[in-house]
Amino acid sequence: MATRLSETSHEALGLSGEDLLSMYRTMVTARLCDEAAFRLNRQGKAPFVVPVSGHEGCQVGTAWALERGRDVWLPYYRDVAVVLAAGMTPKDIFLGLFAKADDPSSGGRQMPSHWGSRRLSIISHSSPIGTQLPHAAGIAYAVKLRREDSVVACWFGEGATSEGDWHEALNFAGIYKLPVVFVCENNLYAISVPQEKQMAVKNVADRGGAYGFPGAVVDGNDVLACYDVMKEAVARARAGEGPTLIEAKTYRFYPHTSDDDDRTYRTREEVEEAKHGDPLIRFVGYLKEQGLIDDARVEALAAEIKEDIDRQIDEAWNAPDPDPATLARHVFAEPGDPEASEE
Amino acid sequence: MSEKNVVAAIHDALRDEMAADERVVVLGEDVGVRGGVFRITQGLLEEFGEERVIDAPLAESSIVGVAIGMALHGLVPVAEIEFADFIHPAFDQIVSEAARMRYRSNGDFGLPMVVRCPWGGGVHGALYHSQSVEAFYGHVPGLKVLVPATPYDAAGMLRSAIHDPDPVLFLEHKKTYRLIKGEVPDEPFTVPIGVADVKREGDDLTVVAYGLMLHQCLEAAERLQEEQGLSAEVVDVRTIQPLDRETILASVRKTGKAMVVYEDNRSYGAGAEISATIAEEAMFDLDAPVARLGGPDVPAMGFAASLEHAFIPDTDRIFDRMLELARF
Repeated sequence: MATRLSETSHEALGLSGEDLLSMYRTMVTARLCDEAAFRLNRQGKAPFVVPVSGHEGCQVGTAWALERGRDVWLPYYRDVAVVLAAGMTPKDIFLGLFAKADDPSSGGRQMPSHWGSRRLSIISHSSPIGTQLPHAAGIAYAVKLRREDSVVACWFGEGATSEGDWHEALNFAGIYKLPVVFVCENNLYAISVPQEKQMAVKNVADRGGAYGFPGAVVDGNDVLACYDVMKEAVARARAGEGPTLIEAKTYRFYPHTSDDDDRTYRTREEVEEAKHGDPLIRFVGYLKEQGLIDDARVEALAAEIKEDIDRQIDEAWNAPDPDPATLARHVFAEPGDPEASEE
Repeated sequence: MSEKNVVAAIHDALRDEMAADERVVVLGEDVGVRGGVFRITQGLLEEFGEERVIDAPLAESSIVGVAIGMALHGLVPVAEIEFADFIHPAFDQIVSEAARMRYRSNGDFGLPMVVRCPWGGGVHGALYHSQSVEAFYGHVPGLKVLVPATPYDAAGMLRSAIHDPDPVLFLEHKKTYRLIKGEVPDEPFTVPIGVADVKREGDDLTVVAYGLMLHQCLEAAERLQEEQGLSAEVVDVRTIQPLDRETILASVRKTGKAMVVYEDNRSYGAGAEISATIAEEAMFDLDAPVARLGGPDVPAMGFAASLEHAFIPDTDRIFDRMLELARF
């Protein structure tokens, strides 16, 4: 696959060197959160981990085209880097990993990586796959009806594209030309089931036409290419031109979750081969070419971020657990709850 | 006050709510140009426009899923599922998503939304236009499940549902739509969610029912009075979840005898929960075992009139069972 990185400069995309370093920092943070989470899992401190490694490029690239405080984010469970871009901190992520009372997503109610934050416009999602897509369409409908200029972005894996809700949501969004971008992070496996057993088409993006809007395939390991295609999709949505389906081809380096064993369905050779396309390595290559970073800075930055994450992990670990007396709270609205329709 | 049937009462309440609050939108199959297959949404498209009255694609899961999204972003959607029998594809969106949104986000997100749908038999609807679905959803915390049976209650409870900050499943018994008429105030009013209503006072036994069965129980109670001189108190459940246990128990404690009537399959139906509540809470006030009359445990009612009649508890069977209990 051609590297977008070598074809177009970041300036042409409207990104400064500083922007690139922020993007890089977010990608590294996501990667190091993964490593820390697995370490904690092995120590018995984190019962369940959903890794992101391998997806940092497509997540940061697509999420970076949105605007905090203006746009709406509907991530799925692998989107550590998306929620970091949306404004969550590593501490937020680890509060969730440890199921603490202050976990912003659910107060320790949901499994880790089931994101949500009203403050950050990250919409709460569940475990059943693809159920957030109709929500994205409904939010986008409300955005349009209320004459707002927000854009709704919704992320999912290629397995989700087999779900009925996926079809129903894209169909609805297409009919009403809604301001929504659908982002498929295609890592070739839905847990163990490979793409060829998931669909008869080569590209998920090819289906866009069936719903009356464009589909675009992008190299998901090329953060700038992902940004480029997402930026265009967001501009289309904001201009009232309707949805876009983006398919970022990528790979996950770890098993599906800490409870999965990917040796049962992928060879080690395949995984090692895929790591040659590591979005972080490729981005570092570009940053070096541009004179924005060198090996010493890469190392120093990693150490700095790791130290910061470790500090936040300590804070999260020492935070209080949910009080069992809160078990029956929030089944229905309570006095003082935000009224969703008054936002 | 005006006399209205259930269809007109629901239509008028919905129309008034849309006029009063521009956040209220309607979506569903055939709700726009056609005005709904039961004419509930007639004229709304003309009055409020295509943006607020949405002829949705024929896809129940996304009708509910899109409504959830709308509720998350400042609208108050009233979704219509054309028949309760077709709601099953939306089960996941209702149960996993709508009912759990507030709980799973620890109170961060709420969903002010209503899903309306016609339910129940007696209209030659056969297997797929006659179903009762209240027990499926009554089992799910986080949802409110309403089963109004009169024009007054339907109008007042729909308004409450639209004002409610949480998701409400609003079930309209389709046989009552044009059969049941009653006085409805012309000015806005509400009927609270979660409050049962004693529709007929009596001393000899309590009959608990909802939907079409309420009307058949009232008819049977009149006959029992006229023919046998026995007085039955009839309690209209009105809300399946949250269930008004107090009103039901107060009546049972007064009469000492309880009968529960519902047209859903008998086993695990809403009447089972009501019966269990009475057995648990009022055992020592009872002079007879709780009587439970429900639909048989066969998949559904048939299209043939003979099969349909054999399925739904009718006034005669209700009368006989009431008499048997009263004489116990």
